[in-house]
Amino acid sequence: MAAESKIDPMHQFQISPLAGDLDGSPFVFTNSALWMLVVLALIWLFMLGGMKRQLVPGRWQVAVEGITGFVNSMVTSSIGPEGRKYMPWVFTVFMFILFANLLGMMPFALVGAQPFTVTSQFTVTGIMAIISFSIVLLVGFWKHGFRFFSLFIPHGTPKVLLPLIFLIELLSFMVRPFSLALRLFVAMIAGHILVEVFASFVVSGINAGGVGGPAVSLLSFVFIVGVMALEVLVCAIQAYVFALLTSLYINDAVNLH
Amino acid sequence: MDLASAKVIGAGLAAIGVGAAAIGVGNVFGSFLESAIRNPAAADGQQGRLFIGFAAAELLGLIAFAVAMIILYAV
Repeated sequence: MAAESKIDPMHQFQISPLAGDLDGSPFVFTNSALWMLVVLALIWLFMLGGMKRQLVPGRWQVAVEGITGFVNSMVTSSIGPEGRKYMPWVFTVFMFILFANLLGMMPFALVGAQPFTVTSQFTVTGIMAIISFSIVLLVGFWKHGFRFFSLFIPHGTPKVLLPLIFLIELLSFMVRPFSLALRLFVAMIAGHILVEVFASFVVSGINAGGVGGPAVSLLSFVFIVGVMALEVLVCAIQAYVFALLTSLYINDAVNLH
Repeated sequence: MDLASAKVIGAGLAAIGVGAAAIGVGNVFGSFLESAIRNPAAADGQQGRLFIGFAAAELLGLIAFAVAMIILYAV
């Protein structure tokens, strides 16, 4: 009888203090903070290497220019010529999410470090969603005053339906930050749990022995490879979707409709 | 039925929603591909809308997943 291997898939999302005490002081340096700093350092290095402004760009500069050009075209196509003003925030969000997601996929456990995905925390994604939402509210009320409320009334609404439509549109507007944060956070959590659960199947399959055990292990391993490839795609798509939706919401505030 | 088994059954039922979202996401990309092949020139301009549709369909499946996780670990 093989030993029962019990792997807790939620353990990887635990925030643990690296310096200080979680119960004592309000300021604690946690593994989440450490990985955020790593993400920041990586983005900084990446941008620094590509901002040399050479006439004939090297590979690195092409990579950086590709990303900035991509975000720029996304922002200007969804907001219009005024969109360049909001480029810094959209670009920040896009880069941070992309780097944090991809860093979370890296197998740092092989070298003994505890890997951690920053974007798998609802607090982190929630704060980014709240900032996006605040930009929408501030810009909307700053530019249009109380006419901003006309966002909730589509053109040509019959008078009878007006209160109902207003309520529905208001509700769909208010859940935006929630859905924005939830999508990213759950997508990251789901992918990591899936990989970890199937990785535990590999271990317990080998432990079980016989003919069936290693077969299950092999199948699970092949499955993990496939899921990992999908996850890399999801990492990029989630960053893109977050940035795209942010710019679309800002478009609502800038141009009404 | 005790709470532990009810929890597992509930989480399994909640996971049906993830499959339904898979149908939705497949529908989004399938319809896009179908029309993109008919008119490839117009396809690139609609990529933003494609991903908005994808995000909306995916979100509902992720909410179902979150419900399953809440049932399993938080209740």
